Amino acid sequence: MFEILKDVRIDWLAKRRLFISISVLLLLAGLASAVGRQLLPGGSDAFNLGVDFKGGTVITAKFKQRPTTEVISDTLARAGVRDAVVQYVVNKPDEVLIRLPQQSSGEAGAVAAEQGQIDLVGRDRVGQALATFGEQGGAELVGTDAVGPVAGRALRNQAIAVTLLALVGVLLYIASRFEWTYGAAAVITVFHDVLVTLGFFSVFQWEVDLTVVAALLTLVGFSVNDTIVTFDRIRENLRLHRRDSLYNITNEAINQTLSRTVITGGLVLLSVLAMVLFGGRVLRGFSLALLIGIIVGTYSTIAIASPIMVWWQQRLQRSGTPGAPTTERQMRPGRGSVKRRATAQREPQSASRP
Amino acid sequence: MKKNILQRLIIIALVTLASLYVVFWPRHRVTAKDFTYQGINDTLRENIRLGLDLRGGSHLVMRVQTEDYLKTLTENTALGVQGAAKDANQTVKEVRPEVSNGEYRIVLVAGDGVNGTELRDNVQRQVDLSNWINSISSNTITWTLPQAAQRLLSDQAVNQAIRIIDSRIDAVGVAEKTLQTHGPQGSHQILLQMPGVDDPERIKKLIQAESRLQLVHVVSPPSPQPVQTYATEQEAIQSVGGTLPPNRLVLPYAERDELTAVEEDNQPSERPRRYVVVERPAVIEGSELRSAEAVSQTGVGDSYQISFALKPGGAQKFGSWTAANINQYMGVVLNDEVKSVAFIKSQITDQGQIDGRFTKESAEDLALTLRSGALPASLVYLEERTVGPSLGADSIRSGVRASIAGLLFVIVFMVIYYRGSGVNAVIALLLNVMITLAGLVFFNATLTLPGIAGLILGLGMAVDSNVLIFERIREELRTGKTVLSAVDQGFDRAFVTIIDTHVTTIVSSLFLFIFGTGPIRGFAVTLVLGLLANLFSAVYVSRTIFIWLLNRKGRRVESLSI
Repeated sequence: MFEILKDVRIDWLAKRRLFISISVLLLLAGLASAVGRQLLPGGSDAFNLGVDFKGGTVITAKFKQRPTTEVISDTLARAGVRDAVVQYVVNKPDEVLIRLPQQSSGEAGAVAAEQGQIDLVGRDRVGQALATFGEQGGAELVGTDAVGPVAGRALRNQAIAVTLLALVGVLLYIASRFEWTYGAAAVITVFHDVLVTLGFFSVFQWEVDLTVVAALLTLVGFSVNDTIVTFDRIRENLRLHRRDSLYNITNEAINQTLSRTVITGGLVLLSVLAMVLFGGRVLRGFSLALLIGIIVGTYSTIAIASPIMVWWQQRLQRSGTPGAPTTERQMRPGRGSVKRRATAQREPQSASRP
Repeated sequence: MKKNILQRLIIIALVTLASLYVVFWPRHRVTAKDFTYQGINDTLRENIRLGLDLRGGSHLVMRVQTEDYLKTLTENTALGVQGAAKDANQTVKEVRPEVSNGEYRIVLVAGDGVNGTELRDNVQRQVDLSNWINSISSNTITWTLPQAAQRLLSDQAVNQAIRIIDSRIDAVGVAEKTLQTHGPQGSHQILLQMPGVDDPERIKKLIQAESRLQLVHVVSPPSPQPVQTYATEQEAIQSVGGTLPPNRLVLPYAERDELTAVEEDNQPSERPRRYVVVERPAVIEGSELRSAEAVSQTGVGDSYQISFALKPGGAQKFGSWTAANINQYMGVVLNDEVKSVAFIKSQITDQGQIDGRFTKESAEDLALTLRSGALPASLVYLEERTVGPSLGADSIRSGVRASIAGLLFVIVFMVIYYRGSGVNAVIALLLNVMITLAGLVFFNATLTLPGIAGLILGLGMAVDSNVLIFERIREELRTGKTVLSAVDQGFDRAFVTIIDTHVTTIVSSLFLFIFGTGPIRGFAVTLVLGLLANLFSAVYVSRTIFIWLLNRKGRRVESLSI
């Protein structure tokens, strides 16, 4: 057998203070970045929101011969386009992204903003400007995203609301299968993962667009999945070793599932790396968010979910029946779990087969 | 055990074949060409419905300005109330519509000594005020449009707008468009998606083309005197005493023989414009049209006119009005311009025509927009996305390339790390992809970029299931169990975990599917399909392969390649 991790025995829970400090630091860094940027005069917004959420226009243009971004910017400015940001597309030698804020100002702009209308003045002007590159430059608009401020807000609110609803579903299901403390621990962990990932996006000002939301949803899935695998093992072990403390059992469960955690996490990470490398610009925000999310999600199962669950359970026990060991009474197995009893007592000294 | 394997193998074979059939078999009559690389590629494109982000096209979100609709409704109803009060021979000081902050009211101030209740009943007998709530205080009657009625009417306006947009786009022929309400309740938004249309300007123009037909009473001395027209707008206003009362309107009168094209409204016509005074509200509104047709004007060469017919309700109204107004002048108004004026010779019921020398095209476009009716209120565009076909193709390429690269990494690792059993996992993985795609095709779901993300998460969880099972089997083997019981235990134990992780994710995806739209929904659909496929491929199929390996005839299984 080719094994990466053999018979690991680490006291993970003993390191909980360290883990939680790291997480708190990460969260604080993200929070500081978000709040600081928002409050400091002249600072940018908390997040670099893409047009999907902020409103505005992004134009993808394709050139036969791509001029420098300065040349394009100058041409746009001459055509009366205000504050355009021109960017080369990674991995694409002939494409350029042009970002525009709302163009019409004054009264017309105010009315449009109030009605949440999109602003196509900018796009039309960009179209005219690009036409001046003529036959040789061969500029062509290949895609436009124009989102009005109202639609952007609605998309953002919907994404948040729907994710929260989905988490309530997760909480209820885990509570019904395990115990509600398990569900709460899993959901807190998911919040942790999402917030830490968003913190990275705030600190590095990576653009947050719809694909990032898809990535966050994916991350929620992975994180919950990871947590459940460990919790499941804890539940199983609780039935096998009734005399042991929850603390030891949780450590054992983490160690037993560690090779699975590392292999799955590593494989998914590899797939995401493939996406970063081959995915092109449309998947870039997505793969970046996922890259961080997978690492954080894997780490948080061990570092956040388990300590919180153990701490909570122990607190409940202390207030309930003091000094009592964790027994079947407190840790009821979930409904519909396997009836089969353990056929062999697990041996502490596990021997690998020859 | 033997029989059990056979049954399992048959089920697996059937599912696999069905999936392959659904995904790869062309929907059209099969030719030899379908078996070339290009042919298979085309079939895939035909079978898997791609979203706009992958395929190219336009995505428009618009909002119906329902406030405008309710405002116009209030104004028109107020005019109706005024007319009805006058018919009831009651002294009325004032009828005014009041629109402010989402409140719509009609206020009627009656003369002194008028019985308010009686007046109200008289008015309500003539004017449909069933949606309004009335209140009477001394000599003032107020009709208020309650919130519920506002919502109802707004929703009706949105639905009407959808029908109208639908018929207008249909006439142009956009394949596989999506047209539906959008966003949360009460946002009055409409979503229009048109695959393959990467310049939506033409469609937008057609959607917003205003074609409002009205038949009006022209204020003029009756025939045989000629119709009263004025050279300027001011002159026309002077004729009614300097200020325009609310039941009068001055409209330009484009005289005959002018070549009228729908989009040339802004161009100054060569002939001098005249003005006429008309009564408000109109006798007949465009919504009461039953049909409108462009017909060739006989004897005038390449010239067209539009003949129209009214719906029964409108025809009745028109019939009684014309009967009561013989020798009066009637005007046909198109988009606030009087197109023709004629006196009423006798009662007309349901036929009429718009004269004017239209070109064939402009007459047909006009007839189309007349038939589809006027939009109940103006539209505002909230979102417009266009994806050129090349950009869409790029996205597919990168999505597919990334997925395949990821899949290859996984396959290589699984085979190295788990050896023989790794092959087992690879089979399960590939089958998972196959079944998920088949599910997409079968349910006619749309594959979008976020959908690919869901696919990737599904694959990740498929790998995870295999890893869970294999690690568990290894653990059981380490405790010294026989291969057979280790495999059995491994699957049974891991199964509990797999069910928990899958159900949790399916539950949360269901929430995403029910409450999310567009991109979020696309993600949820592929994820749920992937997970369901996985319960089959990673658990059932993988286990069957193990059972088969361990039960081959004449062999005692001593070791397992894992």
